[in-house]
Amino acid sequence: MSPLLSLRGLSVRYPGSKASLAALDSIDLDIAPGERLAIIGESGSGKSTLALAIANLLPGNALVQGAVEWPGLGRKAENGRDIGFVFQDPSASLDPVMRVGDQIAEVARANLGVGWRAAQALAIQLLDRVRLPEPKLAAQAFPHQLSGGQKQRVAIAAAIVGKPRLLIADEATSALDTIVQAEIMALIGRLVTEEGMSLLFISHDIALASQIADRIAVFRHGRLVEIGPARQIVSNPTDSYTRLLLDAHLGIDPHLEIDAHLEIDA
Amino acid sequence: MSRLFLRSPEAVAGTIILALLVAMALAAPWLFPRDPLAIVGPAMLPPFQDWTLPLGTDRLGRDVLSGLFHGARTSLAVGLAAAATSIIVGVLVGTIAGFAGGWVDEVLMRITDAFQTVPGFLLALAFVSVAGPSLGVVVVAIALGAWTQPARITRAEVLSIRERDYVAGARVIGMHPAEIAFREVLPNALPPVLALSSVIVAAAVLTEAALSFLGLGDPNRVTWGGMIAEGRAVLRSAPFLSIVPGIALVLTVLGVYLLGEGAVEASAVKRGNA
Amino acid sequence: MNRALRLIRRRLLGAVPVLLIVVVGSFLLLEAAPGDAVDAYAVSFGGDAGMIAALREAWGLDGTPFARLTAYLWSLLHLDLGQSVAFSRPVLDVVLERLPNTLLLMGAATALSFALGSALGIVAGSRPGSFRDRFLSIGSLALYAVPGFWLGLVLVVIFTVQLRWLPLSGMETIASGKSGFGRALDIARHLVLPVASLGFLYLALYLRMMRAGMAEVWRMDFVLAGRARGLSRRRIVLRHVARNALLPLVTMLGLQSAGMLGGSVVIESLFAIPGLGRLAQEAVGARDTPLLIGIILVSAVLVIAVNLLVDIAYAALDPRVGAGEAQA
Ligand SMILES: Nc1ncnc2c1ncn2[C@@H]1O[C@H](COP(=O)(O)OP(=O)(O)OP(=O)(O)O)[C@@H](O)[C@H]1O
Ligand SMILES: [Mg+2]
Repeated sequence: MSPLLSLRGLSVRYPGSKASLAALDSIDLDIAPGERLAIIGESGSGKSTLALAIANLLPGNALVQGAVEWPGLGRKAENGRDIGFVFQDPSASLDPVMRVGDQIAEVARANLGVGWRAAQALAIQLLDRVRLPEPKLAAQAFPHQLSGGQKQRVAIAAAIVGKPRLLIADEATSALDTIVQAEIMALIGRLVTEEGMSLLFISHDIALASQIADRIAVFRHGRLVEIGPARQIVSNPTDSYTRLLLDAHLGIDPHLEIDAHLEIDA
Repeated sequence: MSRLFLRSPEAVAGTIILALLVAMALAAPWLFPRDPLAIVGPAMLPPFQDWTLPLGTDRLGRDVLSGLFHGARTSLAVGLAAAATSIIVGVLVGTIAGFAGGWVDEVLMRITDAFQTVPGFLLALAFVSVAGPSLGVVVVAIALGAWTQPARITRAEVLSIRERDYVAGARVIGMHPAEIAFREVLPNALPPVLALSSVIVAAAVLTEAALSFLGLGDPNRVTWGGMIAEGRAVLRSAPFLSIVPGIALVLTVLGVYLLGEGAVEASAVKRGNA
Repeated sequence: MNRALRLIRRRLLGAVPVLLIVVVGSFLLLEAAPGDAVDAYAVSFGGDAGMIAALREAWGLDGTPFARLTAYLWSLLHLDLGQSVAFSRPVLDVVLERLPNTLLLMGAATALSFALGSALGIVAGSRPGSFRDRFLSIGSLALYAVPGFWLGLVLVVIFTVQLRWLPLSGMETIASGKSGFGRALDIARHLVLPVASLGFLYLALYLRMMRAGMAEVWRMDFVLAGRARGLSRRRIVLRHVARNALLPLVTMLGLQSAGMLGGSVVIESLFAIPGLGRLAQEAVGARDTPLLIGIILVSAVLVIAVNLLVDIAYAALDPRVGAGEAQA
């Protein structure tokens, strides 16, 4: 089966920053339809740059080389309907002065070609699917009236309402506390399965990544240093840097984490 | 800093304009030693007719060019004096309010509110009308309506600074509160107020012009506002008489703004690099 | 309690001490001016020395300064702003007669400057750094430096003297006999130049604020998120960037009301519009201090009222206002 997304020799440079260091350096990477790929790496390793490059959201001055191709689509991907994007900080990624229902509805309208009323109905439906209690009431709320976890659920709803093929979650749980983090992880896992989406899950937390991903890619200084099945990367990494990342997670038992992941799926 | 400053075309333009104006103001008594209010020729002489009166004369036969030069003196003097007065008063009030807190703060801020509620120009009008028009009165009248903004900004800055470590340190070593306020806190609270100073100077120049346009300037001095008002009577036959001093006024204010923008930009770049 | 009601109550309570300070300030100015209210009355209606002394006693003006202040406050509470020397009529009557014209002028100038300024600000701010952005930003700075009264004169030279399109001055054609729509049109024609002269400064102000505000909002995450969600550029600009950048402009609408009221003095004098501003100039000319003070008091009340309206509008536009107060 041809991959959904295929990166070939993708390099990104931000002018102004140290020219010797590319934010991304010749990345080759495929994502299969329905696959869950986790990207891990320390801060500044280029994870967000990768996500933004895929969604064509890099700042105007970024210099991009290489190719981002979509064999699974057979055309260029469009944001909203082909790619859904969930950002790190749910407080910042929602417009503070627009009702959350409207923020989901406007995405539905832009991507599904439905009227405003239908879009509103869809928004309420989506709020229900991301498990917001009382979705009809919640749709009327403004972001500041919701908790961090609730806001992130809204952001997820806005990301998937256009029925994208690929969901990108860039540190989507880092701003939340541990319990909420687990709930959001479970939600993302469930939605990806239900919709048959591919998932690009970005995290600096290898344990978290191993919970949800089929494969893990390890980034360092803009380079892809290792990629492989989650189990293998966690239990038997070949790269010394990956081992370092693993060791940094004192006391985690990779097998146990993976079992937890299976439980979520079940 | 100065290099950064001169890199911005706005700042360069502003500097040139203001340098010319200051030169005009300083040179006025040498170039035009006669009283600019004196009648020197036939009334309403058009410009470029007589080389001794290059810009011609007004309705009463006074030298227009001399008026422009001497007017620059008044505009700059009143504008700078009024702006300085309002900044000094505002900074004092803001520092005391922010540092003292409690009811002192409450009273001072309500007074500030009151001054912001009354239109500054009406206040200036009333003050000049009660105290009589003279240069000093005009300066105070303008400052009456302009000190509130620096006061608010200073207070906000002081409030954020007064809890910092070095202030606490000064308290611990037993410095007098007034000394802490004016030695330790005030200097650090000043930059945002100074960033605003170009706007305050520009507003002061404009208010002075409006007051003298209404005939409330010092009657013994030439002002651009007064010249514009004079020219109004012959607007149909000689619009020039009103338009030229107005252009001088616009250039002055524009110069001040451009300089201010350039300075703010340069200091932003500097901070960004640091 | 309702969010807006709570806000209104708080603002009204806050206005009381402010107004009191304004009144005390006015009293001091009145005291500093030569003559008192009885003199003003005597100028209008005459009276011999005995009657003047009796009046002074009756009005509480013969006591200590504190007693005089109390008497002044008492009369203000009864909406008695004193007697105008120049008009030989109660100050409040004269002021209220002129108020509608000023409100019309200011309302039109505010509407024009806000609508055009924010629209042009959106044009400039939708593409930061573009040619049109730089053009509008420099143009607005130049406009911002133009004094309204001089702009008015230049406009008169162009549109009245040269082109003969618009009337020179006044509020409407005297004894035109027009009524209804014809009269409204006549007034509108008379107001074009004054409104432009008064409003252009604020147009520049709103343009610059909108542009600066949008530049800030562009950097926010939800704008990038909007692009990531596939929203059109148009929708991002209008519904998100401009909508958020509009909020500080609304606040400015209230803050500038005092400034515009002051500006209307010169503009109304220039165009001979019988409003509050021209009245102030007439009061100065006639050394009519009670009238001038009355204008100041009414202006202060007007500014407070405008700010209250603006606060209500702001609360309607920004859902975050007053949030968290319910618990506090
Ligand atoms: N807009 C930008 N302009 C200039 N340099 C940038 C920009 N965005 C990122 N960079 C640089 O590119 C490199 C990669 O950044 P990126 O945000 O992709 O890292 P990351 O892996 O997502 O880090 P984090 O875990 O902190 O989110 C870093 O060195 C960063 O400083
Ligand atoms: Mg990142």
